[in-house]
Amino acid sequence: MYRYDGYDHQMLADRVAQFRDQTNRYMDGKLSETEFLPLRLQNGLYVQRLAPMLRIAVPYGMVSATQLRKLAYIANHYDKGYAHFTTRQNIQFNWPALADVPDLLADLAEVEMHAIQTSGNCIRNTTTDQFAGSAVDELEDSRAYCEIIRQWSSFHPEFAYLPRKFKIAVCGTADDQAATQVHDIGIYIVKGPNDEVGFRILVGGGLGRTPVIGKEIFDFVEKKHLLTTLEAILRVYNREGRRDNKYKARIKILVKETGVDEFRNKVLEEWALVKDSSLTLTDEEIDRCQKFFDAPDYQDLGNSPQELTDKLQSNLLFASWHSQNVKPHKVAGYSIVTVCFKETGVAPGDVTDQQLKQIADLADHYSFGEIRISHKQNIVMADVRQDQLFDLWKALESGAMASHNLGLLTDVICCPGGDFCALANAKSIPIAESIQRKFDDHEELTNIGEMNLNISGCMNACGHHHVGNIGILGVDKKGEEYYQVSLGGSSKNNASLGKIIGPSFAQEDIPDVVETIVGVYKDKRSGDEKFIDTFNRIGLAPFKEKVYAKAD
Amino acid sequence: MPKLISKDAVMDNPWTVMTTSTGPEILQSVPGKNFIVPLQFWKLYQEELSNYDGAIAVWIDSNEQPGQIADDLHSLPLIALNFPAFSDGRSYTNARELRQKYGYKGEIRAVGDVLRDQLYYMGQCGFDTFEIRHDQDAELCLDAFKDFKTGYQSTIAEPTPLFRRR
Repeated sequence: MYRYDGYDHQMLADRVAQFRDQTNRYMDGKLSETEFLPLRLQNGLYVQRLAPMLRIAVPYGMVSATQLRKLAYIANHYDKGYAHFTTRQNIQFNWPALADVPDLLADLAEVEMHAIQTSGNCIRNTTTDQFAGSAVDELEDSRAYCEIIRQWSSFHPEFAYLPRKFKIAVCGTADDQAATQVHDIGIYIVKGPNDEVGFRILVGGGLGRTPVIGKEIFDFVEKKHLLTTLEAILRVYNREGRRDNKYKARIKILVKETGVDEFRNKVLEEWALVKDSSLTLTDEEIDRCQKFFDAPDYQDLGNSPQELTDKLQSNLLFASWHSQNVKPHKVAGYSIVTVCFKETGVAPGDVTDQQLKQIADLADHYSFGEIRISHKQNIVMADVRQDQLFDLWKALESGAMASHNLGLLTDVICCPGGDFCALANAKSIPIAESIQRKFDDHEELTNIGEMNLNISGCMNACGHHHVGNIGILGVDKKGEEYYQVSLGGSSKNNASLGKIIGPSFAQEDIPDVVETIVGVYKDKRSGDEKFIDTFNRIGLAPFKEKVYAKAD
Repeated sequence: MPKLISKDAVMDNPWTVMTTSTGPEILQSVPGKNFIVPLQFWKLYQEELSNYDGAIAVWIDSNEQPGQIADDLHSLPLIALNFPAFSDGRSYTNARELRQKYGYKGEIRAVGDVLRDQLYYMGQCGFDTFEIRHDQDAELCLDAFKDFKTGYQSTIAEPTPLFRRR
């Protein structure tokens, strides 16, 4: 994984000192609330219902065992003993005191971590596929490019006060696990003319109030032009993005109002100024960044070793976890393991300090000392020997981390919602739990099969409800919390936005509504058709009919 | 009187900003001064302005673009770019555009809601002087230019990005 050199360390130290000074001036009354606001946001600090919330950046989701131990220490020392994985591969703490934040940031800096640009109207953490580097269907490892973008976007002096937040995702795999098409800029690593590897670039995707699937702006950009292209897009956006209405300020609105062809022309005009400037990437820089992500020291092993096949036959629980949470690896004898943090009764994505420490030890022991956070709020150990899967599973089980519901209905994406977030219209965590309690039979869950259920507590859509196969959105109806249900969303390659099924429901009705929807699917599916495919074939009507017939 | 600083010193300010409510007749009554006039004013009264015996600079708001006077930029000794609110980031792009696209060599001044905590970024984007808001401490503001020892990007102040320097 990327390691800081003297320059990176210096910049981080400068930032910690800068924010300490800003916090002191704010606490001394020398910096107003309004003036401190964007400064603290660009350091990941929100003021929430109960306490400040601090969002730590995890560049493209990669975390080392050493960093995990530091996060465990922070959870214990500054927080109430737990942390939370976000839908953008970051980590949040819900209880630090404002006065402690500068010290907390200094602690993080010791392990090359920070909270830079995890909020505010600036370029946010670049995200990617959580299997990058290990996936079987990868054209090229996306992480080197994510790191190149991370550096370009960190403290970019021109783009610190954009009209609105700006999110970039990079995907190097055939199966898009990074929700690439619903980002402000979505980058696919593709083969272009003469089999040269470069980038296909989408612009103007996003969720929130006005969900939009990104549109292609360039079908092929050479590697060396990655940063100049991004710089040109951002420059057009910074100048022309709307600033009169924060709900119309994202780049998706600008692209929509301008039209993608006209927008492309504007970008090309800007690009002409920088395309052969010093910002053009060099082969040396791409090599330098790629070296940080060289393959670890894999052993020469075969697939399906005896140790594994024996245990799969003799232990049903292990076999079930294996079939759900373990995915193929590009190197023979290895597998990719996802540790699913969707235990019923625990807020989706919540992790205790003890678990963080345990994951660190397991990562050291089984997966070259590194893990990744996925945008689905789970953890990935990307390089586990197949003959050690059983031992890993046993260890996870002892730490209550062996949930075997990955990719199933109860592997819910869920924002913190009204229990924590000041923006929320409604709670979301209790909704997730009530659904998990309704569907507590694993056999039934596997029978239902692959299904994303996403829950957001407000239309800002942190829980990605628009792209859930089933999406649930908390709304405020005359002071009461209601829930709107949509069907047919997807964040994969065939990205689509869910369609609202009809009038919203009371909280207590939601588990039954989900059950009815699942019932219609089971009734109508042909063979082993996935929910999303059945939905695309039969449409909304049969679901609607059944759900509201029951309500009458 | 707002305070003016460069990246390393507090400065005297010989320039006066003229508001849009004034007409060109003021030029006759105060000869030999240095006026910064709004872009629209400059476009309306070009003839009167060119006959003035003092110096004239142009004030460009964040929703306006230097390209609107591209042909005349080089005759101007100073361009003031306005920050109507410190959180409005458009003038950063305008400053870079003046340098990068139009090769403007004169003084670029930040005016408006110019505060200590944005000065470092302004300095990177091509601004030379900063008319800081009345409540800002000029000496403390000078420290802002030392907030970071270096950055990753290709900027006006440091055109070579870090990846070509490390």
